[in-house]
Amino acid sequence: MFAKLVVNHYEAAAVIIFGIGLSNLLLQRNLIKKIIGLNIMNTSVYLFLAAKGYISGRAAPLLIQDAAGNWINDASVYVNPVPSGLVLTGIVVSLSVTAFALALTLRLYESYATLNIDEALLKMTREQEALEENLLQESDEDVLL
Amino acid sequence: MNEDLRIIWRNFFNWVMGNGARPENEEIIPEAPPDLPFTQKQESRNSRFHELTLRERYSHWLEIHGLHLFSNVYSGMSVLICVVIVLLLLVTVAELPKFGSENNPANNEVMERYINSGGEETGAKNIVSGMILDYRAFDTFGESALLFTAAVSVLMLLAVSRRDSKNSPERLHKFSQDDSILRGVALLSIPVIVLLGCVVILNGHLKPGGGFSGGAILSAALIFAANAYGFGSVHKFFSERKFVIMISSALMIYALLNAWSFFTGANDFEAYISKGAIGNIFSAGLILPLNICLSLIVAGILYGFYALFSEEEI
Repeated sequence: MFAKLVVNHYEAAAVIIFGIGLSNLLLQRNLIKKIIGLNIMNTSVYLFLAAKGYISGRAAPLLIQDAAGNWINDASVYVNPVPSGLVLTGIVVSLSVTAFALALTLRLYESYATLNIDEALLKMTREQEALEENLLQESDEDVLL
Repeated sequence: MNEDLRIIWRNFFNWVMGNGARPENEEIIPEAPPDLPFTQKQESRNSRFHELTLRERYSHWLEIHGLHLFSNVYSGMSVLICVVIVLLLLVTVAELPKFGSENNPANNEVMERYINSGGEETGAKNIVSGMILDYRAFDTFGESALLFTAAVSVLMLLAVSRRDSKNSPERLHKFSQDDSILRGVALLSIPVIVLLGCVVILNGHLKPGGGFSGGAILSAALIFAANAYGFGSVHKFFSERKFVIMISSALMIYALLNAWSFFTGANDFEAYISKGAIGNIFSAGLILPLNICLSLIVAGILYGFYALFSEEEI
């Protein structure tokens, strides 16, 4: 298995980077660092796709001319162009998701003045409890009235 | 033997349910329930004995140790999950076909079709450009619409809701207004960056590059200008109104060009779009205008993200 991993070292590296990003996403308490972990995961997927499209000893998918000046359109000359297009789509989606997540994080920071998810959750719970107590007191007053 | 078992079982049952025998020296707790508001539930139990139930003991214990235990279990479980996932994926990677081999299942007839007839059908020298802006132009339109949606949601989250509430925390970052080194470098390099962006956009069908990368380079020039000369000077030629007009008109032009080529292609009409000779700058039909529209969208939206996150308005 290890020898096969050495042969497929690009994919193996992509998988390990994916694991680093996932553990970052799960273990970091800071929301910005969580988003960075998500981006590391995205990058590993691009690396994996680019590695799957590569064929050794072939040219990039830009048409080249032969000696007579004709464009060579033989599929055995170029690497696979399809994963490049897929990676482009992935980059756009990850950019949009990152921007949206960062905007949400900024709003959270404005509301709770912290980026730590534990502290923010604690503050949310306390807020909720205070709200419920207020409701209880109001209902008590209603009963008394 | 049977009797012993029954006693053990009863003790265990009492331990779990909290119905243990009352000690003799303890005062009897009055049965009458306190006056609780109806929203609070009276804890219902068969009879009030001094022992807590297992559940109550558990919740007491949890109140003291819960957070610590949770964080420990959470970290342990996440490390475990990550290691298991990475190991599973590594085993899968070891089973994949050899890296760089032409017999990979990904290198199938789809790739052959794109390469064999991509040059003739789209007129683009760059096969990837021909693929994403001609065969799959609708997908790329979806991507730019996705970017637009993301920009609109960020605008909604940051700018619009901040206009109502002025009590947001102070930003630590302040622009230094007098940075002559930055301004000098910006004066020298911004024209070069803009020129590079234009080259990348206009050669999108001939060389590596295209609308997305060229738009990113243009937005880098805009962000550089905003950093060196302040947002005010960028606002002079790129205001919020121009931003909205530019992006929406670029999206509309993209959609119309796309609709034209799809409509004529699906109904076998004459499209009046010449493909030109492969390798010329004016070739590849609609790919060049589509690239320009795409680059305007990307440049505007990336600069818009930067402006929204740092200045809270475009």
